[in-house]
Amino acid sequence: MRFLRSMCAVAAAIGLAAGGVLAQEEPALPPGLEDASPAPEEPALPPGLGGDDEKEEPALPEGLGEEPAQPAEPEEPAKTPSLELPFDLTGFWESRVGARTQRDHYQRDLSIGETRLQLEIQKHWTAAIFNLTADLLYDPVLDERDIRLEEGQGWLDLREANLSFTPASFVDVKVGRQILTWGTGDLIFINDMFPKDWNSFFIGRDEEYLKAPSDALKTSLYSEPANLDIVYTPRFDADRYIDGERLSYWNAMLGRRAGRDAPVRADKPDDWFDDDEVAWRLFKTVRGYELAAYGYYGYWKSPGGTDPISSQAIFPELSGYGASARGTVGNGIGNVEVGYYHSKDDTGGTDPFVRNSEFRFLAGYEQELARDFTGACQYYLELMMDYGDYRRTLPAGMNAADEDRHVLTVRLTKLLMSQNLTMSLFTYYSPSDKDAYLRPNVHYKIDDHWSAEIGGNVFVGDDDHTFFGQFEKNNNVYIGARYGF
Amino acid sequence: MNGTKWFWIMCSAVFMVVCGFAVMSEAQEAGNAAPSVSEIVDNANRIAYYQGKDGRASVLMTITDSQGRTRTREFTILRRDELPPGMAEGAEVGDEYCGDQKFYVYFNRPADVSKMVFMVWKHVDKDDDRWLYLPALDLVKRIAATDERTSFVGSEFFYEDVSGRNPQEDDHELVETTDNYYVLKNTPKDPSLVEFAHYKMWIHRTSFVTVKVEYYDKNGQKYREYDAQEVNTIQEFPTVTKSRMKDLRTDGQTVIEYSNVQYNIGLPDDIFTERYLRRPPVQYLR
Repeated sequence: MRFLRSMCAVAAAIGLAAGGVLAQEEPALPPGLEDASPAPEEPALPPGLGGDDEKEEPALPEGLGEEPAQPAEPEEPAKTPSLELPFDLTGFWESRVGARTQRDHYQRDLSIGETRLQLEIQKHWTAAIFNLTADLLYDPVLDERDIRLEEGQGWLDLREANLSFTPASFVDVKVGRQILTWGTGDLIFINDMFPKDWNSFFIGRDEEYLKAPSDALKTSLYSEPANLDIVYTPRFDADRYIDGERLSYWNAMLGRRAGRDAPVRADKPDDWFDDDEVAWRLFKTVRGYELAAYGYYGYWKSPGGTDPISSQAIFPELSGYGASARGTVGNGIGNVEVGYYHSKDDTGGTDPFVRNSEFRFLAGYEQELARDFTGACQYYLELMMDYGDYRRTLPAGMNAADEDRHVLTVRLTKLLMSQNLTMSLFTYYSPSDKDAYLRPNVHYKIDDHWSAEIGGNVFVGDDDHTFFGQFEKNNNVYIGARYGF
Repeated sequence: MNGTKWFWIMCSAVFMVVCGFAVMSEAQEAGNAAPSVSEIVDNANRIAYYQGKDGRASVLMTITDSQGRTRTREFTILRRDELPPGMAEGAEVGDEYCGDQKFYVYFNRPADVSKMVFMVWKHVDKDDDRWLYLPALDLVKRIAATDERTSFVGSEFFYEDVSGRNPQEDDHELVETTDNYYVLKNTPKDPSLVEFAHYKMWIHRTSFVTVKVEYYDKNGQKYREYDAQEVNTIQEFPTVTKSRMKDLRTDGQTVIEYSNVQYNIGLPDDIFTERYLRRPPVQYLR
């Protein structure tokens, strides 16, 4: 009988072994088996799917291929070592040199020659985020060294210093110095009435410097029917407009181009809480289409008139209303934007020293033309209201603007060398003004920190007084190198 | 009893045990009947891109060129499935979902893309909606998105590898079933839209994790290769935590490592709106 029992045990053992072999067809294979006889083209199982590191795992329950969970948190990949600061610090150091490609009697040959250190500090708390972005720069092109934060002059350009918080789940507030952008245009702005830095744009600084900061309070309200942004700027923030200090411009009073010899003297509204601005945007995304309505109460952002007595440039009152839509059209992205600029100091259009009201329209389309090659075009119209009154009251000898100003833009962007080399060309062309502005640029990312670029700003025009034609003497090429951290 | 009798008893016992196991495994086979090709494809798609109702991961991407020079990208990715109303209630129902999704990608490094946000509303039946937020300009850009097979942030991975390729775009054929894998050959229905003539996938049979993918051109030449290099089970979801894409023509490769992976974190839908492009949802990005 003892023999019977032992034979049964042997049989059972054989059976179990056989069963084990059969059962192994279903679950993950035990370690070693796939290594011993893998199919020639078959990939080895990675760790975690019954690969080598399974040895430490407990035995699998029979008939179940799923192995028990490994430690839920995989090891953190090695991070870039960073300074142990109580806040996030990022930024870059950059040098940029540019020269005019022709003589300009009213300007230096160097269009830009600056070195800049940008420090960006961000601190998160549970209730708020603090942002500080400051540019320390040295630029021998300008004589001025005094810091004028509003104009962005001197060795410090404070770009951001703001606090954002969420006082209620449906409200965001951002207060302080901040960069603000909205609207759908590509380098054309209708309803974005936040300050621009046209000097930076035309001398070949990075495109981020086209936007000048606002000292403002931005409140955003979010709700199901629509969202609302309200930006209150207690003291008017003008554009950093072309004033002759860096770039020569058409001076209508002198009837010629002027530069450092006759810089624009402006009388800017600057009383706190009196000369203020309000901008709002009501917006909503419907099935991927971004719809928005806009309003603005303030002043022309660049000089919109002249005081005939003092002959100073002035910023007449302006209110604006508009709307935009953006979304998928065909194989690309289409956008439409309209705006009405109501020039409150010249409602009838009879004051030749204040800009008339205007209607503005923009339609754009962008599409990927080939792999890593994108093309975009825009049509833009500025239509002067009360044109008859403008012509009738225009002083003799002044160049008359057209009733319609048409502008076409084309942007071509090609990425090469694993997207590290970007070649781009942005072109404005106005058939009505018969002028154009070209912005070629080649940018190369050398590694994760270093990048270099070369580019140009080319203005051409039949007349000396048109929007882009007046800048013909400012044509320039520039090179830059940047180290980011 | 004599020896002959014992011999027969023993043989019968062995026979019964073997038969018993054969019957058992037969039953098991019936229970786990070999899945159809479309089931394999759907499961693999779900395991790769749809586990949980939402999720987050910290991503380290290392791009190495043929000369061994490396570039890195560090970002956090948030994902939320666009469950239809009602479906969101039951997790089990939601697990079968393979439809539209939203992605939010917040870049940390390198410096030139720091704090940028890339957002995608992935649509299964039409082109995705894509946005890019540039913090220095406070600019919300819309990106034209037709070609899904372009490099994602300069890596060897394509947009489609990161967000998923719609299985409906290919014809699938089960060419082999090995002990570990279902081996599929996938041929595009419209070859003009893609650069490959076909691709082969090795899908782990029990977990449906895609372990390897090989892409072939029209000359039958293999030119691109994907490997899952590490799998971790996170909250019961088998998750590829390290993978590699090699471009055999340029000899470049990109390795992606995922860490801090979490599923079902309860991401609200409005994270994927303009509000949070302009104001990153810090609590989900850490």
